[in-house]
Amino acid sequence: MKTAALLMLVLALAACSEKPQQFGGNDRSPAWDGTKNGFAVSGWTPGDRANWQAQVNARAQNQNEFQRIGATR
Amino acid sequence: MARMKFICDAERCIECNGCVTACKAENDVPWGVNRRRVVTLNDGVPGEKSISVACMHCSDAPCMAVCPVDCFYRTDDGVVLHDKDVCIGCGYCSYACPFGAPQFPSNGTFGLRGKMDKCTFCAGGPEANGSQAEFEKYGRNRLAEGKLPLCAEVCSTKALLGGEGDVVADILRVRVLTRGKGSELWGWGTAYGKPTAAPAGSKPSGSKS
Repeated sequence: MKTAALLMLVLALAACSEKPQQFGGNDRSPAWDGTKNGFAVSGWTPGDRANWQAQVNARAQNQNEFQRIGATR
Repeated sequence: MARMKFICDAERCIECNGCVTACKAENDVPWGVNRRRVVTLNDGVPGEKSISVACMHCSDAPCMAVCPVDCFYRTDDGVVLHDKDVCIGCGYCSYACPFGAPQFPSNGTFGLRGKMDKCTFCAGGPEANGSQAEFEKYGRNRLAEGKLPLCAEVCSTKALLGGEGDVVADILRVRVLTRGKGSELWGWGTAYGKPTAAPAGSKPSGSKS
């Protein structure tokens, strides 16, 4: 009896760790609209696509060691 | 128009798996899922090469073509994303993808296969930029923060480059010219197409992106 009750309890609680799933909507706002989470870097204006593009391209140059060390190339 | 792309320079990758770790940590990727992996060819043989592989955000993405519920979409920056609210986890995309990018978590109740998960180029998903809902489903949206994918930014040897196609291609071009070798880009032609052959003397007709 006790074993059966334990088994029932395990089965009844089996899905309790499942996170609730909610429909998230369909915002799909572009990246240059920015974010309000406080982690955005400064130096560009949210909503301005060209400005965002310039920021991302400038940041991409951090991957270019020839530029970082000031090489001639 | 921006066209975000990844490049992995096989001459530089040292198989440190820093990109894999950074991706998992930054995006809170669930157990059993690796959005990015490092693949080593001819492992143990002198001259072995390693490349870091994830979703390449293909120009003509086969996953988009085969998805029966049309959950994929492409952003204006050329990033291929998907909507987990629409995905049914059928796995067709994983068969279609030449890079093995689509992954399926099995940490749901009773080990059920979950909805597809893949690299988002750190661009989140269809939810509001930087929202908690977006983070829980897709991970960080670094592009909306004015940043680039962390895997590329954290790469210690800068083997993995991420950003606008023209910019990262220029970075690699300078490297190749300097060292005089290693211009082969594995996966680049598959993901972004090869230049179309033009008759001798005519101007190449291949588009840039």
